[in-house]
Formats: sequence, structure tokens, C-alpha cells
Amino acid sequence: MYRYDEIDRQLLRERTEQFRDQTRRFLAGELSEEEFRHLRLRNGLYQQRHAPMLRISVPYGLLESAQLRRMAQVVRKYDKGYGHFTTRQNIQLNWPQLERVPDLLAELAEVQLHSIQACGNDTRNITSDYLAGVAADEQVDPRPYCELLRQFITLHPEFYWLPRKFKFAFTGASVDRAATRTNDAAVHVLRREGTIGYRFFVGGGLGRQPLLGQEMNGFVPESDLLIYACAILRTFNRFGRRDNIHKARIKIVLREWGIERFRAALEQEYASILASAEGEQLKLLPEDIEQMRAHFSAPAYRPLAEVGADLAADGARDTRFAAWLKRNVHAHKVPGYRVVFVSLKSPAQPPGDCTAEQFETLAEACDAYSFGEVRSTYDQNLVLADVAERDLYALWTKLDAAGLATPNIGLTTDLIACPGLDLCGLANAGTTGVVREIYQRFDSLDAQYEIGPLRITMSGCMNGCGHHSVGHIGILGVDKHGEEWYQVTLGGSPGNDATIGERVGRALARSEIADGIERLIQAYLALRSDDEETFIECYRRVGMGPFKTRLYESEEESEAAAA
Amino acid sequence: MSNLILRQGVIAEDDWTLTVEAAGELPARAKIIVPLARWRTEREALLAGAAAVGVLLPNTEDVEALYPLIADRPLIALQFPTFTDGRALTQAVLLRTRLGFTGELRALGDVIRDLVFWLGRCGIDSIVPRPDQNLPSCQQALAEIGVAYQSAADTHTPVWARRRLRARAAAQARP
Repeated sequence: MYRYDEIDRQLLRERTEQFRDQTRRFLAGELSEEEFRHLRLRNGLYQQRHAPMLRISVPYGLLESAQLRRMAQVVRKYDKGYGHFTTRQNIQLNWPQLERVPDLLAELAEVQLHSIQACGNDTRNITSDYLAGVAADEQVDPRPYCELLRQFITLHPEFYWLPRKFKFAFTGASVDRAATRTNDAAVHVLRREGTIGYRFFVGGGLGRQPLLGQEMNGFVPESDLLIYACAILRTFNRFGRRDNIHKARIKIVLREWGIERFRAALEQEYASILASAEGEQLKLLPEDIEQMRAHFSAPAYRPLAEVGADLAADGARDTRFAAWLKRNVHAHKVPGYRVVFVSLKSPAQPPGDCTAEQFETLAEACDAYSFGEVRSTYDQNLVLADVAERDLYALWTKLDAAGLATPNIGLTTDLIACPGLDLCGLANAGTTGVVREIYQRFDSLDAQYEIGPLRITMSGCMNGCGHHSVGHIGILGVDKHGEEWYQVTLGGSPGNDATIGERVGRALARSEIADGIERLIQAYLALRSDDEETFIECYRRVGMGPFKTRLYESEEESEAAAA
Repeated sequence: MSNLILRQGVIAEDDWTLTVEAAGELPARAKIIVPLARWRTEREALLAGAAAVGVLLPNTEDVEALYPLIADRPLIALQFPTFTDGRALTQAVLLRTRLGFTGELRALGDVIRDLVFWLGRCGIDSIVPRPDQNLPSCQQALAEIGVAYQSAADTHTPVWARRRLRARAAAQARP
């Protein structure tokens, strides 16, 4: 965990006071609505339907117990007792009062939490592989590089007024668990013949024109992280469109110019920085990286003899525990330890929601069983990354009592969804009601295990916060003459095989959508070659045709009956 | 009429006259700021008739390509058509750090108090706030956050270099 020093603390303190003064001037009528809008967005405040929403950055998804406890306090004191984890690993509060936000931010600042650049046309919070440091397939732990870049982009004056938002995502593993190529820039930290460097992708982004990042440079040397990032941001600041907000992301520059022209401009800027005094300043020395790496050293793992357990025997004692072991407990690179997924997808709460009591349970659980740290994931769940096998049963008991042990990781009810029309001012349609209906249809674990790995993702509007374009089954809420309708896409994927899903056809009515999803899943069960073939594999093999037929089947039947 | 702006961190009288017209009469023997297009075509006449000539750059110009044409100017004015349009910030940083421009670098346009801090850090030392803005408040904004993670065109040492030096000093102090 990165620990703030006096420099970090002073910066956050003065930033918090800057926003306090801006809020005061707005409330006193000295700042216009429009002027204040841009200032509050850069402090995480977004106007929603009923109240402002405050987005709190969780840098690369890493949280410690003191922060979880503080979250419990602030959601009770300033909100309605819960927070919401997003696909970008952040936490959103939906009911703060503007007047009290400066105090809220000051309380968060005491535990290294902030909302700097959480919204607005600037460089956003960096996301990362939630298994950083513990994954067996990891080449390089990305976290030190994430933090080095976080500091570089935080309050960078040249890049504080970009054409549009800009998102970086990191991984250092061979499996992409952070949907990196759906971001404006993806950084893959890797080793080539023993030397560390970065593979950079640029131009990804979801929303109304979903596109995947394209490779710009296959190996940027380790020392040049900030230089290459600076070159990307400068190219974007200069050439990003400012005439149309819907065409202002870097992906549009890339699409309009083509990869070769964009790459040439980027590489030229990279070379120019390298050749200048600026390059000298931005170049990271091995000692800088070592110093940062020390913040993320491995915890004090104990020997296998002290932590190992016979999980098969433990599982045999309790079938619910066994189900959780099977779905929510994954391998760890250190013998005797496991990675535990905390599901935020229980039938009782909207996806990603976490109550004050759950924040407290998580703080206690990670202090007792996972070296005091928790990670938030791209899938709107949480991870306790370093749990001794011997502690699994006690941990499960604790999580289960708090509604945090639903054994559905990676399955049908592990749905990703934005808050939708209930809260969001942009949404065209609700998400939570549809999620609940799908949940009810597939609540039985046996049915979910039979279906196997499935990623259903849902957004309440085309801005795509619920990543519908990269779901195996994506659901997009649309407004038709004041009614909520739902478009379905199939075949999307956010990982190494990143693919933008294809739209099946006309939208389904609110009363039809859950049935439609159920028919798609039935179609898969009938079409799959054997039990091993997953939904996405099956879709790629047979194509959209048979799925499309089933999706619209009941409508055709009723039309036929009517005729 | 007093004509106050922020120059090098203090409130100061301004004696430059801005012209945005592409052609026509200019005040004689005055310090004038003219559009880039006019500087390109009327350079000799402008130099002969004015006390000093500054150049107003559109924020879409490539300052590197353009620099030979403006390097010797005592003042370059950059434009902020809205306070959220940060293109001129990149122009400013490049002029100061890569091209070595040491003259007066001016920000014009929709310059509100809450843009001032960022202008200062990008090497803009001559700030003309929007007429409705409070000048003393703008001056305060320059020093609103006293520490920085990175350097732009300012005097901050990047935080990684500060920590590097601190660690080296600590290592040397050890017996």
C-alpha cells in the first residue's frame, strides 16, 4: 500500500481547501452554475437526478482497513448508509449535500482518500489488475507504476483542461482482468529478455462509439513511463476535438487520422520530449522505481505448515461453504494462501452496493485475515488477496453473516450494472429492476453452475458505464417515447479476447427483457457442444443466428397467434 | 482608465494595446499586440510604426513550427476562448520549456479566477482576467496550492526527483 508522505498530505490538504473555497464562492453567487460545474466535476461531484453524486477515487483498486472504516463513517454521516462500487474500481455516494461535501472530503483526506479528477475532462483514476502482486500469471507487479503515473497526472496543469476524460488502465499479467483495452490508454507492463518495459495501447473507450485500444508501441523502456504518457496526453490536448462533446475522446482522433498518422505524431512527440530537458526531468531512474516498489512489497507470508489446510475435508462438512470455496476462492501464487472474492451481487442489493455495516465487516475481515487490505474489481466485486487456507472457514462465516458470500463469481447473477434511472440523470432506463428479475430467474446455484461462466452487463444509457458493449450478453436501456426499452448485444468480451458485442436487433420492452435473456441462456444450453463449451465459445462457434431467433421467439409466436 | 492585469504575480498597469482586426489603422508608436496573420504579412511596417509588437496566437497553432517567426517578440498572447479549452496551456509549456521563450507570455479570453493557478504553472506570467473577475482574488489563486507532484513550466522539482535526492541524502548520512 502506498503511504503518503508530507508532500502528498500537503497537496491533498490544500486541494481540499481550494474546493472548499470554490464551493463557498458558488453558494455566495460569485461563481456561475456553468463555471462551478467544471470545478466540482474535477472534485468528483456529478449532478444526478435527485442529488449530487460524489465519486471517490480508489487508486488502482487498492483499499486498506482504515479507509473502509472511514467509508462506513462517512456514508452514515453524509449519505444514506451505503456506497456503490463501479467498474472503474471507484466508490460512488449518491446522496451527499453539496454544502457538506468539503467536510466530507476533508474526512476522506485523513485516510488518503480523495475525489481529485474523479469526473470531468481530465485524467481519471487509474485502474489495474485486481490480482496485482498475487497472480500466478503476472510478469511484473503494475502497482508501483500505477502510483508513479498517478502522481504525475494528479493536478498536472497542462492536462487539467483536456478535450474530454482520459482513462489509463494497467496490467502486468498475461490475463487481462482490467478490461484495459476499453480505456483511452492501456499500459501492459512486461519483461522482454529480462528487461522491464511497457506495451502501450491507445484509443479505447466505450460509450456511443465503442472501440478497443490499438497498439502504439510494443516496448517503451521502463524509464520512460511518464515520458510516453506525457506524449499521449499532449497529443490529445493539442488535437482532440473540442467542437462536439460526442467526438472529443482520443479514440475519435485515432479513427479520423488512422493508426499510422496518429502513431507518427505520438512517436514524434515522444522523441521530442526525450531530446529535451523535459525528458531529463521525466525520466525515472532505477532507484525511483525501487523506492516506489518498496511500498508494494509482499506481505509477511507464513510457511505452508502454518497456513495450509485440507480444503476438500473442510468443504465436505458444509455444502454452502463448499459452494463458496468452489466459486469465490481462487488460486494464489504462494502455497497455503488463496485469493477470496467478496461478491457484491447478492439478491438483497443492487450490483456493487455496499452498506456501512458491510464496509465495517470488510475492515475487520481484512485486518484479521488478509493483511489489512482489500481490492475493488472491474466486475464490481471485492477481493481479499492474501488469505491463509486455514482461515477460510472463519472468513466465510463472517462474510456470509454480512451478505457478502454469495457464491456466484463469474456466473449468471454476477451481473455488472450501472445504477441506471433510479439515480442517474443521464439514464434512459432502469437497471436495478431488470437485474432483480434476471437474478430471480437464475437464483438457484445448480442452474448457474449448469450454465457456467457468463458475463451479463447492463447500462442504463449509451454512455455505457455498465460496460454493456463488452458483455457476453449486453443490455442497453433506451428510451422510446417515454418508455423503458432494452437493446441486446451478444458476443462482447473485455479481456485478452476483447471484442465489442454485436447488436441483435430491435429493443425489447421492459416486460419482455428478462424473458428474452432467459431464452438466450436456454438457447445456449441447447446449442453447446458439451458441458465444457462456455456461452461465449458457443456464440463464437454458431454465430448470432440461432440466438437471434430465440430472443424474438415469443413475439413471433404472439404475432402468429394474433394473425 | 486604469488598465490593471496580473504580471509576474503582482497587480500592474498594462500598457499594451490589443488589436484583433486583420487590417486597418493602428495607434502610432504604441505597444501593440496583433494577430499572427497580420504579423506574417505586415512585419516590417508594424516594426517601423509601433513602439513594440506582440503577437496573438490562435490556440490551434503549432508553436514549434512557428517559433522562428515569433522567437524575438517581447510578448506572445495565448487565447482561452473558454476557460475549459486547455490547448494554449500546451503552447505555453512548449514555448517556455522546449523553445526557451523568455518574453512576456500572456493569457487572454475567458480567463476566470479558477483558471489562474493553472496558467501560472504553465509559465504564463501575464494574465488578463475576464473583466468581471476580482483581480486581488485572481492574484491569491496563483499560490492556491503550494506543492506539486510534477513540474510544468514552473519552479517545482518533480516529486520523484525530490524523493530521490532525499533518499540519497539519507543514505549518505548513515554511518
